[in-house]
Amino acid sequence: MNYLRGAFKPACNISITFTDGKNRKQVPVKKDNGQMVMNPLFHSQETIAGKVCIEPYQGKKVEHNGVKVELLGQIEMYFDRGNFYDFTSLVRELDVPGEIYEKKAYPFEFPTVEMPYETYNGVNVRLRYVLKVTVTRGYAGSIVEYQDFVVRNYSPLPPINNSIKMEVGIEDCLHIEFEYNKSKYHLKDVILGKVYFLLVRIKIKNMDLEIRRRESTGAGANTHVETETLAKFELMDGAPVRGESIPVRLFLTPYDLTPTHKNINNKFSVKYYLNLVLVDEEDRRYFKQQEITLYRLKDESS
Amino acid sequence: MRRLAGVEDEEKWLAEGIAGIQHNAFFMHRALDANNLREVLKYSALMLSELRTSKLSPQKYYDLYMRAFDQLRQLEVFFKDESRHGLPVVDLYELVQHAGNILPRMYLLCTVGSVYMKSKQAPSKDVLKDLVEMCRGVQHPIRGLFLRSYLAQVSRDKLPEIGSEYEGDANTVMDAVEFVLQNFTEMNKLWVRIQHQGPGTVREKQEKERNELRDLVGKNLHVLGQIEGVDLEMYKETVLPRVLEQVVNCKDELAQYYLMECIIQVFPDEYHLQTLETLLAACTQLMPTVDTKIVLTQLMDRLSNYAASSPDVLHEFLQVEAFAKLSNAIGKVIETQIEMPIIGAMTLFVSLLTFTLRVHPDRLDYVDQILGACVVKLSSVPKLEDARAMKQVVALLSAPLEKYNDIVTALTLSNYPRVMDHLDDGTNKVMAMLIIQSIMKNNSCISTADKVEVLFELIKGLIKDLDGTDTEELDEEDFQEEQNSVARLIHMLDNEEPEEMLKIICVVRKHLMTGGTRRLPFTVPPLVFSALRLVRQLDSQGGDITGEEVSATPRKIFQILNQTIEVLSSVPCPELALRLYLQCAEAASDCDLEPVAYEFFTQAFILYEEEIADSKAQVTAIHLIIGTLQRINVFGVENRDTLTHKATGYSARLLKKPDQCRAVYACSHLFWVDDIDGIKDGERALLCLRRALRIANAAQEMANATRGSSGPVTLFVEILNKYIYFYEKGNPHITPSDLQSLIELINTEMQSDDNGNRRTHSDPFFTSTLRYIRFQKQKGGLIGDKYDLIKL
Repeated sequence: MNYLRGAFKPACNISITFTDGKNRKQVPVKKDNGQMVMNPLFHSQETIAGKVCIEPYQGKKVEHNGVKVELLGQIEMYFDRGNFYDFTSLVRELDVPGEIYEKKAYPFEFPTVEMPYETYNGVNVRLRYVLKVTVTRGYAGSIVEYQDFVVRNYSPLPPINNSIKMEVGIEDCLHIEFEYNKSKYHLKDVILGKVYFLLVRIKIKNMDLEIRRRESTGAGANTHVETETLAKFELMDGAPVRGESIPVRLFLTPYDLTPTHKNINNKFSVKYYLNLVLVDEEDRRYFKQQEITLYRLKDESS
Repeated sequence: MRRLAGVEDEEKWLAEGIAGIQHNAFFMHRALDANNLREVLKYSALMLSELRTSKLSPQKYYDLYMRAFDQLRQLEVFFKDESRHGLPVVDLYELVQHAGNILPRMYLLCTVGSVYMKSKQAPSKDVLKDLVEMCRGVQHPIRGLFLRSYLAQVSRDKLPEIGSEYEGDANTVMDAVEFVLQNFTEMNKLWVRIQHQGPGTVREKQEKERNELRDLVGKNLHVLGQIEGVDLEMYKETVLPRVLEQVVNCKDELAQYYLMECIIQVFPDEYHLQTLETLLAACTQLMPTVDTKIVLTQLMDRLSNYAASSPDVLHEFLQVEAFAKLSNAIGKVIETQIEMPIIGAMTLFVSLLTFTLRVHPDRLDYVDQILGACVVKLSSVPKLEDARAMKQVVALLSAPLEKYNDIVTALTLSNYPRVMDHLDDGTNKVMAMLIIQSIMKNNSCISTADKVEVLFELIKGLIKDLDGTDTEELDEEDFQEEQNSVARLIHMLDNEEPEEMLKIICVVRKHLMTGGTRRLPFTVPPLVFSALRLVRQLDSQGGDITGEEVSATPRKIFQILNQTIEVLSSVPCPELALRLYLQCAEAASDCDLEPVAYEFFTQAFILYEEEIADSKAQVTAIHLIIGTLQRINVFGVENRDTLTHKATGYSARLLKKPDQCRAVYACSHLFWVDDIDGIKDGERALLCLRRALRIANAAQEMANATRGSSGPVTLFVEILNKYIYFYEKGNPHITPSDLQSLIELINTEMQSDDNGNRRTHSDPFFTSTLRYIRFQKQKGGLIGDKYDLIKL
């Protein structure tokens, strides 16, 4: 595209700045090309304000049919790339049609924007919030500039948070009982628990606790499910005997987790599972998967 | 897979592991220098990952572990210095737990935990508890053991024991104990588990490996023993029950044995004493294959030493009834462990006995009780054949002897002889010898007949042939030594009281008479002399033989002696019997018992006539007879005549002329006893001398005839000396002329050497005899006058 840009050089430079951009918290976001960039962070119900600067290049004028800024909440499916589904769309007209000869700034404001979903970058789906500035032009094509920002939403402490307790086994082979202290964890939480061995007839080599993310996209027959293992944490080394109780203590901080997302706009869901895996000396795996709910707690630093 | 690998492979793996540690340690150090916490954690975790290997034997793994350990020390220094990494230690404590692999995670956590405790930002008991709990994640025996031993090591100086800076507030010594106990329990479980993993074929190797690892487990007990503030109460209520519970429940032979050993070694004696019951109860619950006897033995040895260390502690032993408890426990162990070889039981008894002798030296009943238990055990087995077991029994029996230094004490133990009955003959003898040696060494005097009876019962292996003994196999030298010992022993039996002494003699005699022909020559003489000593004692007491009940009369004793010696003569050992008869005769004479003395002489003569055939023996015998007879003055004329007549007669009938000659001139003394009231029959004395001269002549002639040369004049010179003696003593029948002519005769004899060689005065004996005569002449006075009549 670069050579095209050289040929059809845009007539102006558009920049979007936020009012409190200097103080606002920035979070890293992974771009399509793998680079990390820092984007400002907003929460639902926040007012998003700032200004758009349009600066024509030296000696050029920009003729336009109007300037607008849109706040878009988009869901993009990767199998359907380029096709965005906007679940939120707010527009502010910034200028009536005319010409811009010199740098011109347009303040804008979207007060108390409802942004129910969090920014999400998954395997098959992406949810993003973006400010889109469009300088509409007739024949020469509109000039468009985007500014991404990140939305995160806090959840209150869940009123009910039971522990997960379960006894599983293979008859005459392995019986264990495991317990995780909660079923809902916030993102900086620590999973505590224990695994109790009731019967061990196999030679276990080790036991891991995995955090798995299950992302399902689409609906009906078109549903795509993608599962990733985000954490693999060794709980036990060696073979236990009957009666051993192995402690579980897994800090969630180091892992790149998001809250659980349920049926976001009928487009996708993100669920998290704790997978307890026992591996025997012949590398056979025995596992039990339990769903946990992740949520973002208010008092976090991020 | 490791099990099948060779040593070379293992070396290779170790080298790889070390290289891995060094490689990552290098980057870790770079990060340390740069104070880059993230990199430090990354590389230290990588470095520690080398410890995740399963390929190494414990020994090699230890090598690897030590290298990582050195690195961890430097890491700890870094963690300690907050200014270098900028994180509060509590955050650091969380941060290291992010590591994905458990083993590196736990090593790091222990390291930070140590810093955490040192910083005192959290109560050390909480940190300790957390660490020891989290270590559960490592269930691999070897890795787990090393990890926990690392934990034990880094926490050792941070335990909240009494006097430690970590004690106080919420942290008590109890927390320290709890921690160590828990770590110990877990380590022991891991250690025991090695046994149950892997196929049975490698069991031996596993056991070897486990042995290499045992000190890691035992270290915890050492720490428990060292923790300041574990008082008796706590030990009794918490430490010991918990440790023992683990020991008993692990049901592992190796562990039980080693840990019991550890317990006994690391905790103070005083505690053992106060918890004896608990400890012993545990001993009886061990696996049947555990060598409980060694455990108990060690315990008793320790307690014995403790008792010996200071007399002040003895009352503690009494207080807790240590003996009864030990004795019960041993009984139970022996009862329950049917498989235990007899040597095991014996070893136990020996230890218990040693203990008893040290702690309760005054309680002979205890000693007897032990011996009794020993008898019961020995009776339950067919026959004691194990040489080592036998040795233990000997030790068992020797212990009281050594302790009391007095066989008399041992003799009061009723079970002592019963134990000895179970020894085989050879050992029985050894034991008997030990008993005798003990008596000799301590110079102990056995002074009652009852004790003598018991004693002889004990040493009967020496006294008589036991059933089934193959006498052929006996070593002659050993036999002699044994019998000499018995002979010496007889002299140790003594009592001032004649009545009792007589009883003793009778008892001894009874036993000795069973000894058989080989032993009697050794044993009868001391008995005889012992009896004679009693006779002399009675005699010197004035022989106040009053009441009829008194049995200890010389007469009675002589009767016994007579019978005794008679047995000897039939052995046959006539020469010895003869000597003894003569001894007795002389003693009887001293007691003025003429008939008894006569009887003895008669016996002596009969022996001479009937049993002594060897000419040399005859010569000796006759001289003995003459000598004894000469000294005896109890005989009346008639008896004496008979006896002297016999003696002279036998003298003249000796085989060789010179022997005849010498015996006959010796007989001359029988007629002239140089005592105040001695017999002085000068004529018969002279007759003897003349007869001797005739025989000497005959001998000379015979020599001439057979060898062509006359023998030396020795015989003549000897006779001359007799003449001189009697002359000097004033025998009226000896005249100077007799002397004169004899001297001339000798001179002639010497000159009339066939070869014509003059050998005048060449005989030194003769020369000195002449010199004596000259000397007496010069002396003058009465003697000089006598000798003046002799011309030389």
